Amino acid sequence: MMVGDWLDIGPVDQIAPGTARTLPVVGGEEIAVFRTQHGGFHALVNKCPHKQGPLSQGIVHGGVVTCPLHNWNISLKTGEAQGEDKGCVPVIPLKVDAGRIYLLRAAVLGQRAA
Amino acid sequence: MRSGGFFVFTHLPEGNPVNAPTTVLEKHPPATAPVRERLVVIGNGMAGCRAVEEILARDCGRFDVTIFGAEPRVNYNRIMLSPVLAGEKAFEDIVINGADWYADNAITLVSGDPVVSIDRETRTLTTRSGRVEPYDRLLIATGSDPFIIPVPGRDLDGVVTFRDLDDVDRMLAAADKGGSAVVIGGGLLGLEAAHGLALRGMKVTVVHLMPTLMERQLDEAAGFLLKSELERRGQTIVTGGDTAEITGANGHVTGVKLKDGRTFDADIVVMAVGIRPATGLARAAGLAVERGIVVDDHMVTSDPAIMAVGECVQHRGQCYGLVAPLWDMCRALADNACRDEGACEQPTGYAGSVTSTKLKVSGIDLFSAGDFSGGDGAEDIVMRDASRGIYKRVVVRDNKLVGAVLYGDTADGSWYFDLLKKGEDISPIREALIFGQAFANGGPSLDPNAAVAALSDDAEICGCNGVSKGQVVASIKGGACSLDAVRSTCKASASCGSCTGLVESLLAITLGDEVQSGPKTLCKCTSFGHDDVRRLILEKELKAIPQVMQELHWKTPDGCASCRPALNYYLLCAWPGQVEDDQKSRFVNERMHANIQKDGTYSVVPRMWGGLTNPRELRAIADVVEKYNAPMVKVTGGQRLDIFGIKKEDLPAVWADLNAAGMVSGHAYGKSLRTVKTCVGSEWCRFGTQDSTGLGVKLERMTWGSWMPHKFKIAVSGCPRNCAEATIKDFGVVCIDSGYELHVGGNGGIKVRATDLLCKVATEAEAMDVCAAFIQLYREQAHYLERTAPWIERVGLDHVKAGLFDDHDSVTRLAARFRHSQLFCQDDPWAARAAGAHADLHQHLAEVRPLQMENA
Ligand code: SRM
Ligand SMILES: Cc1cc2nc3c(=O)[nH]c(=O)nc-3n(C[C@H](O)[C@H](O)[C@H](O)COP(=O)(O)OP(=O)(O)OC[C@H]3O[C@@H](n4cnc5c(N)ncnc54)[C@H](O)[C@@H]3O)c2cc1C
Ligand code: SF4
Ligand code: FES
Repeated sequence: MMVGDWLDIGPVDQIAPGTARTLPVVGGEEIAVFRTQHGGFHALVNKCPHKQGPLSQGIVHGGVVTCPLHNWNISLKTGEAQGEDKGCVPVIPLKVDAGRIYLLRAAVLGQRAA
Repeated sequence: MRSGGFFVFTHLPEGNPVNAPTTVLEKHPPATAPVRERLVVIGNGMAGCRAVEEILARDCGRFDVTIFGAEPRVNYNRIMLSPVLAGEKAFEDIVINGADWYADNAITLVSGDPVVSIDRETRTLTTRSGRVEPYDRLLIATGSDPFIIPVPGRDLDGVVTFRDLDDVDRMLAAADKGGSAVVIGGGLLGLEAAHGLALRGMKVTVVHLMPTLMERQLDEAAGFLLKSELERRGQTIVTGGDTAEITGANGHVTGVKLKDGRTFDADIVVMAVGIRPATGLARAAGLAVERGIVVDDHMVTSDPAIMAVGECVQHRGQCYGLVAPLWDMCRALADNACRDEGACEQPTGYAGSVTSTKLKVSGIDLFSAGDFSGGDGAEDIVMRDASRGIYKRVVVRDNKLVGAVLYGDTADGSWYFDLLKKGEDISPIREALIFGQAFANGGPSLDPNAAVAALSDDAEICGCNGVSKGQVVASIKGGACSLDAVRSTCKASASCGSCTGLVESLLAITLGDEVQSGPKTLCKCTSFGHDDVRRLILEKELKAIPQVMQELHWKTPDGCASCRPALNYYLLCAWPGQVEDDQKSRFVNERMHANIQKDGTYSVVPRMWGGLTNPRELRAIADVVEKYNAPMVKVTGGQRLDIFGIKKEDLPAVWADLNAAGMVSGHAYGKSLRTVKTCVGSEWCRFGTQDSTGLGVKLERMTWGSWMPHKFKIAVSGCPRNCAEATIKDFGVVCIDSGYELHVGGNGGIKVRATDLLCKVATEAEAMDVCAAFIQLYREQAHYLERTAPWIERVGLDHVKAGLFDDHDSVTRLAARFRHSQLFCQDDPWAARAAGAHADLHQHLAEVRPLQMENA
C-alpha cells in the first residue's frame, strides 16, 4: 500500500460525490476523506474542532462540511471553522493520481498520539 | 520536391494508400548530403507529428526523420473520430498529414509496424516485423491506451474501445446490423460514442459508475441537465451503475449485467472508462516512468537522447488527455531540440496547461474549465434560465476567475477561459461577469439597476406570466413593497423566479430604502419561501433536487445543508414512489438509521409497537448489548429501549440480529413518526374506557416509516387521567366512554404546548382515519423542520379544521393519500442495510497500521 512519501488509499470511485469515508489510523487519529459534488478530494482529521464530532458524517456542500453534532461549517480545504465559529482541524495533504487517492504519509502518521 | 532527397513508395499495396497494413514510405538516402542527426519518432499520432511539424518549421534541414506508427495509416485528427462515427465527417476529411507531407518533408513513415523495444546502449529500436532502426535522438509519442475494466466477459467479441479508426470501423459494422449498444462510461468519450451510435440507429444505454455524468468536468446541476437532454433524445442513462459482468453467447457479447442485478441487452459494448498513458516501451527501456513517462520542461526524459511528448508523458506530476496541452508541449520540445549546439540560453520550456472541456455532441452546448470544487474564499456566481435550459456558474477566488461551468449557452466559454488562464483581476467587472463578455465589456451599464431603469414601460419583465415593467411598477406604487407582495399582486417572478433580479431592481428603483424584505425564504440559496417551493414542485412536476434548483433558479450550484434535506422531503412527499430518496441530502441520523452520539458512536432504538414487548424481543436486545459490548441500554421517554455506543461499522450486523427477532427500526432519529405511547387501558386498568394499548399499536402500524416535516409523536390514553400524556403529543387520543377525543398540536419539548381538541369520534376506525388525514395535511402543508405545534400556531386551528372537515370527504381523501404514500415507506430501512445496501456508509476505506509498516 506504500508508494514513497504517499500512502495509496485506493481508487477514487470508492467515495461517491458529496460524501466522505473514514480511515482509522491505529494508535492515531481517524481520518475523513471527502469528495465534493464537483470532484474535489480532501482529507481532514475526523474530529470537529468544536467538540470532536465525526466530520465524515456531515452534509457536504460546496467545499464545506456541516458537522453532524452542532452544525459548525468546516472548510474542507483549510480545516477552518467558517463564519462566527473559531477553530481548526488538521488537513492531511492529499493528491489524486491515475484515479487513485494518496495521502501524505508523514501527515497521516503525524496524527498519531505521542 | 525539396533538396533533402527524393522518395519512392515501397511495399505500398495497390489502392488505398491511407489505410494499408504495414506501409513504408521510404526515402533513398541523399548521395551527397552531409550526415544529419537521425530523429526517430515512435507514434504517428497527434503529438508525434505535430512535434515534427514544429521542428521542421524551425530548422527543416537538421534531422533525418523516421516515424513509426502502429496504426496502418497516415496521421489524422483523432478527436474528429467522434464526428466520423456520427456520420458528420469521412476519414478523408480528418487526415492532418497525407502521404505527400511525408514525401515533401523527406520523412520516412513506417506504419502498421509497431515498435516493440528500445535499446538505449546501441541506440536502436526494433519493430514487430524485425526491422532495426538506429537513432541519434528518439521521440516517444505513443499516446494512451484505453482502460479496460477487469470484469468477466471483457474479451468477448463485440466489446470495443474508442481510440482509433479501427474501433470506429468496428462500431460502424455493428451499427449496420442495428440492435442495442451499451456504452460503459459516461465521460466525454463515452457520451460521444453513445451519440454516434444513436445517430446510426442503435438503441443506446450509457452505464456510468458515478451519480453525475462527466463528473470530472461538470457539477451536479450541469450533469443533471445533460442527463435529461440525453434521455429526451432517447438514450437510457444509468448513473450509479457498477458493471459486474459482460454476458455473452457463442463468444459474442449479448449484454451487460450490473452489480445491483440490472441487465441490459447489447449487440456491442463500448468501454470508455478512461485512458492510461502508453508507457510500456519506455518502462522496459529503463526510463523514469511514474504514471506517465517523466519529462522535464523541454520534454526530455531521464535519458538526454530521448524525448517524449503527448498523452504518454507526465510533466510536473500532471498527465493530460486533451490536445491543447500537446500543442504547447510540441512548441517547447522543438525550441529545445532545434537549439544551436553551444547556445547557452535555454528556451523557457513548457510550464503546464490549464484545460477546458467541450462535448462534441451536436445540439448540446457544454463547457467547463478550471477548478470548481468551491470552498474557501471561493464564491459561486450562478445564473439559471430554466426556460432556455441554461445554467452558468463561475467560481471566483481572490478576485480571480478560477473555474467555469456552462450549459446551454457556451458563447462566453472562451472569454472565461481566457480570463482564467491570464488570472486577471475581475473585480471591476464582477457584477456583470456572469452575464458574459458583451455585457461586461461596454454593455449598457455595469449597474444592473441603471440598466433596468433604462427599460421602456412595456418591456417584458416576467416571461412566465407576461408581466411588463409598467405593470410591476404600478403594483409597487400600489403598495406592494416587497418581492413577495409583488409576486402576489401582479404575479411577476411568481413562477420560475428567473426575473427575481429584475423585480428586485424595480423595487430598489421605485422605493429606494423602503423596500421591505418579504417573508423568510427557504434559505439563502433561493428567493422563494417554503410554500412557494412546495407549490411549484407540484405545478411544474419537479422530481429531482437538481431539477428544482434549475427550474426555480437557485442561486447556488448545489444548495446547502438547509435546503437539500428540505427539498428531498418535499419531493418525497409530493411524489410518493416516484422520486429517488437522495441519501447525501439527509442528516446523518436519517442516513445511518441510528442516532449519532457525542463520541461519534450510534444509539439504536428498535420499535416496540405501542410500548409492548415480549421475551423474544427482550432476549434479542440483551444479546445485542452483550455481543457488541454496548456500554449502556436505557428505557427512553418514548416507551422503548435504546442501545448505546454502537460503531458505524457494526450497525448492519446489529440490525440483522434485531431483524431476526422481528424488530424493525424505531426511527428514533427521523423527521418521521417516532413513538406511539400508550397506557394499559381497558384491558387491565380499572378506569380504562377503551383499548388504548390496542389502538396505539394499530396507529403505530399505520403510521410508522412515514417521512414528515419534523418528528411526530402520538399517544393514546385510556381515560382522561391521561397517563400516556396524550395532550402534549402531535396527535393525542384520549379515550372516553362514548368514544375518542382527538387532540393535535401538543409539544412537550422546548416550549411546552398543550394540544387543541380537534374533534370527537365514536369508533376506532374514525379515529384512525382522522389521524391519517391530519398527518397528511401536516405533511403537505407544514414547512420542513416545523413541528405540529408551531405549524398550528402559524396557520391557526381553524385552518386545520377547515382543511379536514369543510368538505365532507376531505378526511377520506387525505387519508387515502397518506395510505398510498405509506405503500412506499413501510419497508424496514434496516433490512436493506443488513443485506448490504449502502455498505460504503458503514465500512472504513482501509485501516492504517503505522507500527506494522514501520517494522516492515
Ligand atoms: C432517547 C430520548 C431520551 C431518553 O433517554 O429517554 C431522547 C433523546 C433525544 N432527544 Fe428527545 N428524546 C426522547 C424523548 C423525548 C421526549 C419525551 C417523549 O417523546 O415523550 C420529548 C418531549 C416531547 C416532545 O417531543 O414534544 C423530547 C423532546 C426533544 C426535543 C424538543 C422537541 C421540541 O419540539 O421542542 C429535541 C430537539 C429536537 O428535536 O430538535 C429532542 C432531541 C433529542 C435528541 C435526538 C437530541 C439530538 O438531536 O441528538 C436525543 C437523541 C438521543 C439519542 O441519540 O438516542 N428531544 N424527547 C427519548 C427517545 C424517545 C424515543 O423512544 O424515541
Ligand atoms: C474519440 C476521441 C475524441 C476525442 N476528442 C477530443 C476533444 O474533443 N478534444 C481534445 O482536446 N481531445 C480529444 N481527444 C483526445 C485527443 O485525441 C488526444 O489527446 C490526442 O490524440 C493525444 O495525442 P498523442 O499523440 O499523445 O496520442 P495519439 O494521438 O493516440 O497518438 C499515439 C500514436 O502512437 C501509436 N503508437 C502507440 N504505441 C506505438 C508503438 N509501440 N509503435 C508505434 N506506434 C505506436 C498509436 O497507434 C497512435 O497512433 C479525443 C480522443 C478520442 C479517442
Ligand atoms: S433532554 Fe437534552 S440531553 Fe437529554 S436526551 Fe434530550 S436532547 Fe439529550
Ligand atoms: S462537534 Fe462539530 S459542531 Fe459541535
